[in-house]
Amino acid sequence: MSMPSLPLFLSQLFNGLATGLLLSLISAGLTIIYGTLGVLNLAHGALFMVGAYAGFMALQWTGSFAAAIVGGMLGALFVGLIMERVIVRFFYQRPPEDQILVTFGIGIVITELVRLSFGGIAKPIPVPSWGEGVTKLGLFFYPNYRIEMMVFVAAALLLLYLLLYRTRIGMIVRAGIEDSLMVNMLGINVYRVFLLVFGIGAMTAGFAGIVTAPILAVTPDMGEVFLVQCFVVIVIGGVGSFPGAIIGGIIAGEIVSMTSMFSPAYSQVMLFAVMAVLLAVRPQGLFGIEGRE
Amino acid sequence: MNNDDDKKNQKSGMYRRDFLKLSAGVTGGMMLSGGLSQLAQAADYPAIGNYPAGIKGSSVFMGIAVPRTGPYSAQGEDEIKGYLLAIDHINKGTALARAYSPHSRKGLLGKKIEYGIADNQTKPNVAVQAISKFIGDNKAMMVTGSVSSAVAIAAGKLCDRERTLYLPTISGSNATTGKDCQRYSFRACHFAYTSAKALAPVIKNALGAGKKVAYLTPDYTYGHSVYNSMKQFTEAQGWSTATNQLAPLGTSDFSTYLLNIANSGADVLVNIAFGRDAVISTKQAKQFGLLDKMTLVMPYMAPFFADEVGADMLQGVYGTTEYWWTLAEHNHLAKAFVSDFEKRNGRKPGWSAHVAFLQTMLWARAVESAHTFHPPTVVAEYEKGNKITTDIGDVHWRAEDHQLVRPVYVIRGKKPAAMRNKADFYDIVDSVPGKDVMPPIELFGCKLGSAT
Repeated sequence: MSMPSLPLFLSQLFNGLATGLLLSLISAGLTIIYGTLGVLNLAHGALFMVGAYAGFMALQWTGSFAAAIVGGMLGALFVGLIMERVIVRFFYQRPPEDQILVTFGIGIVITELVRLSFGGIAKPIPVPSWGEGVTKLGLFFYPNYRIEMMVFVAAALLLLYLLLYRTRIGMIVRAGIEDSLMVNMLGINVYRVFLLVFGIGAMTAGFAGIVTAPILAVTPDMGEVFLVQCFVVIVIGGVGSFPGAIIGGIIAGEIVSMTSMFSPAYSQVMLFAVMAVLLAVRPQGLFGIEGRE
Repeated sequence: MNNDDDKKNQKSGMYRRDFLKLSAGVTGGMMLSGGLSQLAQAADYPAIGNYPAGIKGSSVFMGIAVPRTGPYSAQGEDEIKGYLLAIDHINKGTALARAYSPHSRKGLLGKKIEYGIADNQTKPNVAVQAISKFIGDNKAMMVTGSVSSAVAIAAGKLCDRERTLYLPTISGSNATTGKDCQRYSFRACHFAYTSAKALAPVIKNALGAGKKVAYLTPDYTYGHSVYNSMKQFTEAQGWSTATNQLAPLGTSDFSTYLLNIANSGADVLVNIAFGRDAVISTKQAKQFGLLDKMTLVMPYMAPFFADEVGADMLQGVYGTTEYWWTLAEHNHLAKAFVSDFEKRNGRKPGWSAHVAFLQTMLWARAVESAHTFHPPTVVAEYEKGNKITTDIGDVHWRAEDHQLVRPVYVIRGKKPAAMRNKADFYDIVDSVPGKDVMPPIELFGCKLGSAT
């Protein structure tokens, strides 16, 4: 095994951060919903996909990528809110297996509805004109769009952080994560907060879906791969923890990037290997609290 | 159909095959619906597989298991459309059906072809489950469908054990008619070795001598096969191999592999990825600036690749294909297929639909020529290796490994300005006869088992 060259090492290090941040964002939506509502939303991947398709439609109508981003977020928000009001809210008090089954089922229904309306062949979303080309970062080149995507994703994570840690609503959400019964007793309508949280989670998934659409193929099952990786991220970071999702995402991105320099075929395997080791050593994850479900 | 009979005999705890032997030999009354000719047919041959249980009614069942979800779903859906077209022509006994199978009248030996469709999810275990149901519950006389070679090989093994014909549709691995060849399985499409042998001289002519090649390879039997064959034929003409990046099937972000390729010093990128993986990896390669520095070659070009990446990215890209719709401009059978497909589906057929159509027609021909569904006799009919006139010219089956000896088409992406319509993505730059590209029989270690 030969040592990788310095440019290769640096480019993979940077790439790990870029792909990791994206995983952080998708996982953050998943983990906030789980932390607050106690529901592991297996339709999160489908909401990611809805964001990409809604963005695709907005792009078709307007020709503007900015409009596509807004359209993607609103599309996922809309579907997410309907999902919460019509089905998921009746499952808050049900056992976890019921919640998992119902959200898994919703995910399949959404995916198949999209397949029915749009077909299985990938929809093209080109990189916007301001994202074309590559930039030299010291010793290596990196696509402009991926750099810009990093900025978008980091900005979205910052917004989420401010919302959760610097606002009154955020305080209620975080209190809800700790003890929703107590929050309810203090006279706060937890269920309205739940709807809000579900909407925020759905919107982050939709946002991630549309900003990644130009680098992926937009197909009805595009969310599945991400959903699996997000589970690894939140297990590493600690289930229900917002900082855990961010750090877990970056760690996951770096594991895949670094391993691939030596053995591309094992990069995904390594991700699961690290998760397994962490589960054995620290079952609650890096930022998780021991004993909490 | 006689599903009711089968349910009864399962309830009574009798083994199905014992029951079939009995029913075939003794109880003619149970076969009233089939009439005397069936009785005669059934009596001529010993029971084997689903014979004669699967042919007692007025129809025969064909099991279709293709990926309808996952990275190869677009190709799977296209295959279904190819099967349905062929079944319709055979059941109606049209002129097109008789062109492939001259003995055909309505249906197959007078029986209507019925079919079931299952989603194999591009997973061998799911495919095996679906096919077991087709064989056990529906008494399928033929099972077909694949986009992944891993699925085709698993399905081939199962059907061989069950003495049921299995016809893979897309399968690019050398192993399918090599070390994993099966007595009951026949492959009609081109594959790794024939593609690489047809393509290598064309790209050497076009790109020059002494090129360094980077490979992006799906990490399973298909990818390994194409990589090995491309490496063999390009190195034999003086090119070298810079790196081989193995990525799992269904990868969504290829950035790590592409960065390794960008730093490998290669000037040709051979992308072996297929289906959606091919689309994503090529788009990403473009974004990483790789396609400005390297020439892209797609040795096993996936159907719909052009539609999904767009003509801009495709111009000057070389690859091979099983079929391309412009063949209709030179061949009346191809014209009949393409225009009827287009009339029904509103678009041109991909090669996935074509090979599904071709396999079904060649099956009809074998059954009609053998005058029976008796599986070993049908297999023997295939193995005669007679010349067959098709829309890709004259072809024949090679008895030793069950590979169809057929042409391979080398294609090149057109400039967008040169396209005559929105589907006119490729020029066929070479049509290489099958006999010039077939591997020596012993090369991939095919050893066929017994037919009985």
